[in-house]
Parts: sequence; structure tokens; C-alpha cells
Amino acid sequence: MDKRTAFSGKLLPYALLAPQLLVTFIFFYWPAGQAVYQSFLLQDAFGISTQFVWFDNYQQLFADPAYYQAMMVTAVFATVVTVSALGFSLLLAVQADRAIAGAGLYKTLLIWPYALAPVVAGVLWLFMLQPSLGMLSKGIRVLGYDWNPYLHAGDALALVIVSATWKQISYNFLIFLAGLQSIPRSLIEAAAIDGARGARRFWTIVFPLLSPTTFYLLTVNLVYVFFDTFGIIHAVTHGGPAGATTTLVYKVFNDGRAGGDLGSSAAQSVILMLIVIALTAIQFRYIERKVNY
Amino acid sequence: MVENRPWGNLVSHLILIVGVVIVVFPVYIAFVASTSDVTTIANGQLSLVPDRNLVHNYAQILFHGTASATRQPMIVPLMNSLVMALGIALGKIFISLLSAFAIIYFRFPFRLTAFWVIFLTLMLPVEVRIYPTYKIVSDLHMLDSYAGLIIPLIASATATLLFRQFFMTVPDELLEASKIDGAGPLKFFWDTLLPLSVTPIAAMFVIQFIYGWNQYLWPLLITTRDNMQTIVIGIQKILLVADALTEWQLAMATTILAMLPPVIIVVAMQRLFVRGLVETEK
Repeated sequence: MDKRTAFSGKLLPYALLAPQLLVTFIFFYWPAGQAVYQSFLLQDAFGISTQFVWFDNYQQLFADPAYYQAMMVTAVFATVVTVSALGFSLLLAVQADRAIAGAGLYKTLLIWPYALAPVVAGVLWLFMLQPSLGMLSKGIRVLGYDWNPYLHAGDALALVIVSATWKQISYNFLIFLAGLQSIPRSLIEAAAIDGARGARRFWTIVFPLLSPTTFYLLTVNLVYVFFDTFGIIHAVTHGGPAGATTTLVYKVFNDGRAGGDLGSSAAQSVILMLIVIALTAIQFRYIERKVNY
Repeated sequence: MVENRPWGNLVSHLILIVGVVIVVFPVYIAFVASTSDVTTIANGQLSLVPDRNLVHNYAQILFHGTASATRQPMIVPLMNSLVMALGIALGKIFISLLSAFAIIYFRFPFRLTAFWVIFLTLMLPVEVRIYPTYKIVSDLHMLDSYAGLIIPLIASATATLLFRQFFMTVPDELLEASKIDGAGPLKFFWDTLLPLSVTPIAAMFVIQFIYGWNQYLWPLLITTRDNMQTIVIGIQKILLVADALTEWQLAMATTILAMLPPVIIVVAMQRLFVRGLVETEK
């Protein structure tokens, strides 16, 4: 990141950096440090006395079945949303990448949901899948299934999974399409001359060349499911029924606010922090190596 | 495409049409519901064509609010969202331009450290430091204020990285020429660098406006007064009443209002926005 020449100001560069660094320290590093510190503290209900308890909060957390439930919910949620959002968007992107008439129109029609808040996606699907008046619920009930996301754990999880996946399709589609369009046509033509047809050409040439994009999207989607879907869960299911849609982030929020257990909430935050750090680190390692072979 | 296969093209069209229907249908139904009335929806008789209450419902939600839930006219949260989204987008662009400029065009001790300090904020989303951040904002008396909604969110590794990358592609000769002409750093920044950066700035603006508009957890935490709420939180408030009382036609009208501004921006500035997203991926 070096220019051949540079300005020689002594104080100016620090002044230029000051706003960003101030915000960063006050609202990012300091609270993150506080979270780590608080995770070692035990506070009484009124916040009057605090006690340093080492890893007690963590030990309690890992002895708590509700925490394991939240981990399981998050794992299922993240896996299903990521796999289906990636799969469906790749299918659409491959079709749009073929030079067919109207490809530009399809693109416009597919990418605008990027602008929607996750909670909007949640409410749209809640309306269609609401047990008594939802348009789609009627159809499901005709099939003989007693659909009710307010009461059944599986149904509630399905509702948030569908909303979260739907919202993510447009972003994945866009990035996949850009990835596909950057693959040199000559490679594909060469494969075609060698006699490789559609599906075979896709799996042996296109898909491997697309792997950096896929990998990037994999981590972006995981981060999205972990954090950005909070709005869907908070507005649509409130983590219920019986914790069936309580993800790790929702639990941090809920335990700290409603339960008032700040120590445990902080310990959970720290664990989440480690998860993001791991995801981001993996992402950068692979981007550096440019995963393709 | 490499070879011409009419049947293959037909299949492509079919798949894309199904995709478009899946993407558009929920929003269309929400729009239809927002033109309907409460009994039609409650009886599950919503049809597929818009009803007659469009003006009535939108006027009610904008200027009077719901009857049972918040009674908050949604024009206020709509304005709050606009202020918040503009503040976050412009704030991020401003401080990121300055820091990227410092990192690329100056040599000074701790330059790399500063870069990494900014860069590592990527690993600390609000969700992993919810309550401590709330406490700081509360200690600074920024709860229920625009400053509280905006300032804690304007540090941006993404924008700094993008501008840094863009500045590296600006030819060194421009800097040398400016120096020969006797221009100082601020003059160079203002007269040469900024005019060159219009495209990446606009792309960043679209992305960060949408980011700011769609914030959920942060306004939920730090706003308690009804008149400081954002439209995205407004949707959730309408749903808070007992299920049988939900005024779905108004909830859907609010949802449509909440998505309209960012969707218009994305559609109107599609080229810039696509470019911005694809660039941040690199």
C-alpha cells in the first residue's frame, strides 16, 4: 500500500485519522473490552455489588441445557439457510449468465430485495404463513398438515428459515453472477470444443473457478445468519415457542435484558466474538490464497 | 453462450421466472393486503387483486397510526429513519475518506497499526457487545437522540478498505504533479482526489444508506420514546398486540413504507450499487 511519494505532514495524518479512531475506540474496542471483563464478574440483581468470579459464568453456561439448545438451533438455522440460499442463488445466477433474451430484466427483478431489512422479510412471510389467515397456511392445511408456527417448534423454525433464506437470495445471486461473468469465455469454449457438454462443463470448469466466490459467500452468509437475522426472530417468533428459535444472539439479548443476568450475557457475547473472529480469519486466509485449482 | 440450444434457453427462462415469482410474490401480497380492509384479511378472503382502501390505509398509518397498537403516526419514524440512514451513510463516507487518505498518502509512525485497528472492527459487530455499548451511549447521554442512533455506527472498515483500494489505483503522477504545482495535502485531497472518487463514493452511499435504514438491534436498544423510533422498529411494534387484534392491512402498509425508500435507491442506482457490492467483495 505504498505510493512512490507521500506528503510529509507530522500532525495532519493523525488529525485525519482521529474521527474514525475515536469512534472505533469509544464504541467498538472499549465496549468489547468491557464485555470480556464483565464476563468474569458476578453482579447482584441491583448492580450494587460485583464480585470477580473467574470462569464461573462460562462454566454455568456450559452446564446449561438452554445454551446447548441455542447452539443447536443456531447450527441448524445457519446450515439450512446458507445451503439453500447459496444453492438456489447459484441456480438462478447460472441461468441469468447464459446470454438469453431479457437477462438484464431478470437481474433487476431479482436483486432489489437486497434493500429489504431482514425484519421486513420476516413479517412478509409471517403474513402468508400466519396460522389462521395466512394465504399459504390454508394450502398447507389442505395437504393435511396442522401448520402452526405459534405452537409447533418445527414450524416456527421453518418460518424463520424461509424468511432468512428468501432475503439472502438477491445478494448471493448478484455476487455469483459477477463471479460467473468474470470467468474467461475462452476456457468454456475450449471445453466445449473438447466435447464437454452442459452439466459436465459446469462441474469440471465453472464450479472450480467459482470457488473463491462460493467460499466468500459461505462466510458472508454464516455471519448474516448468526447476526443479521436477529430482527426476524425478535419480531416474528420472540425466540419461541419454548426456545425453538432462540439463536445465540437472541439469547445474549434476552438474558441481558429480560433476565438481567449481565455476567452470563457478557460471557455469551465473548463466545460469539470468538466465532466472528474465527469466521473472518478463515475468510481472509482463503481470499489470500485465492481458492481455485 | 457457446452453443445455441433452444430447449436449454426455455428451461433457463422457466427457472428464472419461478425465481422472480418467489422473490416478488410475498411483496405483492403485502401490497394487496395494504389496500384491503381488516375483515377481509381476518376472514382469510384476501384476493390477488388490489382492493379499494389504498389511500385510506396509507393516510391512516402515516398520519394517525394504528388503533390498537402504538397509535404512532408513521410519518415520524419514517423521518427518523431517513435522518439515521443519511447520517450513517454520509458519516461513514466522511470519516472513511479521511482515514483512507491518511493511510495511503502519508508516511507516519503507527500507520499500519492504525490500519489494523480500523480493519479489525469487522470482527466486532454490535451483536457481540450489546450491553456494554448501550452503557457507554447511556453514560454519554445519547439515548433517544439522533447522535446516539448515528455516531456509534459510523466507524467503517468496509468503506475505509474500499477507498484505500481505490486510492491505490489513482496514478502516482497526479500526486507528483500536484506537489510540483505547490499544492498541499488538503488542496490535493479536495481538488484532485475527491473529484476522482465520485463513483466509489456514490456506490458506498447506496450500500451504507441501506445498511443504516435497515438497522434493527441498535435503535431497538437505545430508543424508548415513540417519537425517536425508526420505521423498521415500527413494524415490530405493530405486531406486538395480541394476534387477533393485529391490524394486518396497516402492518402491511407500514412494511411497504419501510421498504420503499431503499428499494427505490437500489433500482434507481442499480449500476453503482452492483459495482459497490462487487468491489467490496475483492
